[in-house]
This record gives sequence, C-alpha cells and structure tokens, in this order.
Amino acid sequence: MNALWDNAAFLVEGLALSLGLTAIGVLGGLSLGTALAALRLFGGRAGGAVVDVYVFAFRAVPLILVIFWFYFMVPLILGRPVGAFASAVVAFVLFEAAYYSEIIRGGLASVRPGQMNAALACGMSHLAALRYVVLPQAFRAMMPVFLTQAIVLFQDTSLVFVVSLHDFLTAASIVANRAGRLVETYLLACLVYYLVCLGATAAVARMRRSAP
Amino acid sequence: MIVFERVDKCYGDKPVLREVSLTVRQGEVVVICGPSGSGKSTLIKCVNALEPFQSGTIRIGEAVLGRGSLDARALRRRVGMVFQHFELYPHLDVMENLCLAQRTVLGRSRPAAEERASALLDRVGLRDKRSAMPAQLSGGQQQRIAIARALALDPEVMLFDEPTSALDPEMVNEVLDVMTGLAREGMTMMVVTHEMGFARRVADRVVFMEDGAIVEDCATDVFFGDPGTLSQRAQRFLSKVLPH
Amino acid sequence: MNYAWDWGLVLREPYAGWLIAGVAWTLALSAAGWALALILALPVALLRVLGSPAIRWLAGFYVSVFRNIPLILQMFVWFFVVPELMPRDLGLWVKRDMPQPEFTTAVVALGMYTSGRLAELFRSGIDAVPRGQVSAALACGLTRAQAYQYVILPQAFRIILAPLTSEFLSIVKNSSIALTIGVVELTAESRQIEDMTFHGFEAFGAATLIYVVIAFGLDRMAARLRPSALAVRT
Repeated sequence: MNALWDNAAFLVEGLALSLGLTAIGVLGGLSLGTALAALRLFGGRAGGAVVDVYVFAFRAVPLILVIFWFYFMVPLILGRPVGAFASAVVAFVLFEAAYYSEIIRGGLASVRPGQMNAALACGMSHLAALRYVVLPQAFRAMMPVFLTQAIVLFQDTSLVFVVSLHDFLTAASIVANRAGRLVETYLLACLVYYLVCLGATAAVARMRRSAP
Repeated sequence: MIVFERVDKCYGDKPVLREVSLTVRQGEVVVICGPSGSGKSTLIKCVNALEPFQSGTIRIGEAVLGRGSLDARALRRRVGMVFQHFELYPHLDVMENLCLAQRTVLGRSRPAAEERASALLDRVGLRDKRSAMPAQLSGGQQQRIAIARALALDPEVMLFDEPTSALDPEMVNEVLDVMTGLAREGMTMMVVTHEMGFARRVADRVVFMEDGAIVEDCATDVFFGDPGTLSQRAQRFLSKVLPH
Repeated sequence: MNYAWDWGLVLREPYAGWLIAGVAWTLALSAAGWALALILALPVALLRVLGSPAIRWLAGFYVSVFRNIPLILQMFVWFFVVPELMPRDLGLWVKRDMPQPEFTTAVVALGMYTSGRLAELFRSGIDAVPRGQVSAALACGLTRAQAYQYVILPQAFRIILAPLTSEFLSIVKNSSIALTIGVVELTAESRQIEDMTFHGFEAFGAATLIYVVIAFGLDRMAARLRPSALAVRT
C-alpha cells in the first residue's frame, strides 16, 4: 500500500489527464458532430453522402487504429513533432464526432413527423419549427445518450496507453511495474474506473427519471 | 365449480380485492362489470393463479388455491383464458399458436394437435387463416384465434378479460357471437366486460364490483329488470354504460 | 508534406503475409471471444430477469463490473493479476505452460467483457416482449421455463438480431486491444509495418480497408435481420 501512497500525486495527475481528454473529446466531438448532423440535414445529397462515409469509416475501425493513424499522420502533415497529447486530442475529437452526429440524428428522428407538420401548419418556418418544436424534444431524448457516450469515452481514453501518454491507466501501469506491485495497483485502478463510471451512470439514471 | 371465499389481495399497502366471496356453478355464465380499477381483471386472474393473493381461498372443482402449494399448471390446463390484447404469439403462425400448448402441456402428437386446431378454426370461422401470421389478421380475427387457442386444451372453465375492449366497434360482434355460442353449449364462463347487451342476453348472473369489493351479485333479469333494488353506485354505473 | 507513396508495399512479402496473419488472429480472437460471451450472457440475462432479488442483484453486479472497467485494464488484470491470485500451482501453470498464453488470456478478457454487454442486450430484448405474452403462455398451462423457451426467447431473439451483429462488429474492433498484452492481430501488424517501413499511410490504410470490409458485410447482414425486414411485428 505504501507504494501507492508514495505515487498518489502521479496517479492523480494521470486521472486528471483522463478526465481532461474526456472533456475535450465531448466538447470537440459534440461541436463537430453537430456540424456533421447539420450537413447531413441541409447539405443536400452530396453533403449527406460525405457524412455517411465519414461516420461509417470511423465506426468501422478500432479506436486504437485511429489513435495510431493520427499519432503518425498529424506530425507528418504539420511538418513538425507535436507530441502524443495533441495527436490523441485530434483522434478523439474526430472519432467522437462520428458517434455524436449519429446520436443527434437518432434524437431528431425520435420526434414524430406529425410534430413538424403541426408546427408548419401553424405557419412556422422550417427553421422556427426546428428551433422551437423539434429540437427541444430531440434534445431531451438525446441528453442521456450524450452522457452515456461520455462515460464510454472516459473508459476509451485509457487506450492512449498505446502511445505512452500518461493517463490514469498508463500512470497505474508505470507505478505497478516500478514498485513491483501489480496486483494492488491494477485492482485499485479497476476500483477507480468502476466507481467513476458507476457514479456517472447513476447520475444519468436519475436525470432520465426526473425528465420523462 | 368455482368458489371464492373471503379473498383479499393488495399491492403493497393498496388493497385491490377486499373479502371477495363468489360462487360460479357448473355451466353458469357470470359477467363481472364495474368502473376501471375496481379489481375485475385481478379477480379473474386469481382463478388461474396468474395473480397471487394474500388471504382467503379459491376452489376450482377439487383444487384449492390459497392454502399451501398447488400445481398451478395442472389448474391452468383446466381453465382457459382470453386476454384484452389477444396476446397471440407474433412469431408463430395461427396453426402453431393453436398447437404449442397442446403439444408442450398435454403432450399431444402433431397430427392430433392439428386435427383439434382445425376443428376449432372451423368453429370460429377462420379455417382459411391456418397459416396466416397474427399481424396479418384483424383484431376481431386475432381474438377469435385466441379463443380457439384457449379451447384447444379442452378447458372446463373459460375466463375472458375484457375480450372486446381493444377492438374496433365493427369487430365486437364477431367475437361476442363466438362467446355466445360457447355459453349456449354449457361452458362455465367468467367474463369481464362492459358489453351490457351481451350480459343481458347471455349471462346468468351479473356481478358489480367497486374498489375491490363485490357490491352487487344478482340474477341477470334482476340486475337489468329491477334496477331500483340495486345500490346507488351500481345504478349510476348502469346509467352510464347503458344506451338511453 | 513530403512523402514517398508506395501502395504496392502492402501487397509484397513479407508485409502481405503479416496482414493476412493479422486478419486471421483478429477473426480467431473475435470468434472465440464471441463463443465464450454467448455461453455466459444468456444465463446471466435470464438470472437478471427471473432470479430471486439476491440473484438479480448478483447478475446486475456481474454486468456492471464488466461494463464499467475499460477493456484494456481488464486485459491487464487477466494477464498480470489473476495468475497471482490463483492457487500456486495453477498460477505457475498459467504463467509458464499454458499454450498460447497471450491469445488465451485475450479471449477470456474479450469474452467476459462482451458477455456483460450481451447480457444487457439479451435482457433488453426480453423486456421488449410485451408482458401479456408471459401471462398468455402461463394461462395455457406452460411452465415458466416453457413460456421463455417457446414464446419469450424466440421473440426477444428476433428483436436483438440486428443489434447483435453490431455487437459482433464491436468485438472485432475490441479485439485490437489484445495487442497491449502481445497478441499480434491486424492493428498490431499494421503498426509493425509502419515501424519497419515508415509507410504509415499504406500500412494503416490497408488495415482500415480490411476493417471497413468486415463492417460493411456485418452492416448488410444487420439490415436484413432488422425486425421490419423479417416482417414480424406485434
């Protein structure tokens, strides 16, 4: 246990990096995902096809391969080394955007078409109908899924282990090997991930109940 | 045939049946009516042990529910039930719907089960639907198939839980006609329904429930012919459901 | 950007052979993990629906453990921690003599992780079958077991067929995490080619193409298996 105490600060820094990556992934992924969803709605045939290919490609490929791709590609395109963190951020944002755009599409599809028609029948414009009638309902349907996706992303950030970025898992693995305490350290790491995810899941469930 | 003795049931601390006592004789048709939430459906679901209850007993022939354990399955094969929402098995065609319980519960061979099923399809007037899927049938047709499915086990008693209330009005009669035919043949029946016309024509007795208790239990001609003798609540209910 | 393209690279030996071996390992991991997950998930889902309150809680705990810990960490635990916690002789055997230790461990980790997800999927399928169906089957005298065997599970199975194919795609993708304990599957092979040749575009591009082909096949299959396509509606 002493080995764990001595390295507590190192582990906490790792956890902070995991949470930070999650936050950036959610915000960036949500922004880009919204843009993709809008392109799909209003971008005509070509725009829709581009988004379809983008989403399909990112959903077909393992996240580790995506991380490898950008770890290799970002410095090549920029012409200078940028470090594992920057390339991981790019990978997560682009990857999450594919998932978020699908969630947004599902949320919009969950609003019955009659609602749109009813709004148009009242004389609203297409945009007004979206803004005042469809989007508020869709957003309610999407919110819990957004948060569930954020929990999945938090777990997925542990994959930056493959590019030696010091997130919580990598920090734990370093401590485990350095101190020769694999059993305790990995079990502690399990407990931390479990509690964080379970707490967040419970919060989502409470939200789902309070907003029917 | 069926005897309820002081049956009590509650969900948590909310009582749904209060000291219900009721006797249904062999060959009798009893209609149970009352406002929604009065415990009618719960009452008949107790008869085939789909709903447990806390105290009292229900006797069905020799079998006694409520004291110690009882083979609920042995009971259920003697008691047929028809549900409000038909509950046909959507993944099986009509013939398979009629044969599943015959084969798994009674252990009938496939030819024997299909022979019985064909006879019942004739009887409910749906011989040509034997290989249809439930989703391809109208509500009235589905409910007639559901009645045939219950009859396939040769039950001694039939329970009907609002068999027509999920149907479009023009389909109600085809289902009621099948039920009337059954009653004429002497089937013992307990029917939860709001179809007062059916009750007046077919029922021997009418039971009126409110708040989990039986408020009225009388012969059909008394219930409809002499409403002055009924309780205020039953009169109010009747004035709402009967056409003026 | 200064880059010398060489798309022929991935078709030449030894790299083409590496990629083929990688695909084989990826598919072997996925298939074996899938088999283990299916075997475990159905009983867990049934216990979650039908067990006593204590059993239901236990089955729920099982699902929550495997779903709330990252798979990569679960791999590490199976590989580094579990042998230490076993009886001494068994632990030694696992570490020294077990055939294909990395592959076997990865299959166990992948299978257990996926079993948690599948148990949840099966349960949602069972929940999606209308409640009256159980009553109707019981009313005909079927036992609870028969009601599930003949009436509930066949319907639940149709409901989850399409999501089941996307779960299979998930296990194919998740099998890449086995590279962290040393299984050289498709993603790891492409990384090795990049390492050796510095031709990342071609190496990762080839692996990406193979994953996309697998996903496309599963996607076509899912479209065929959707309940609406099977014309089974309630």
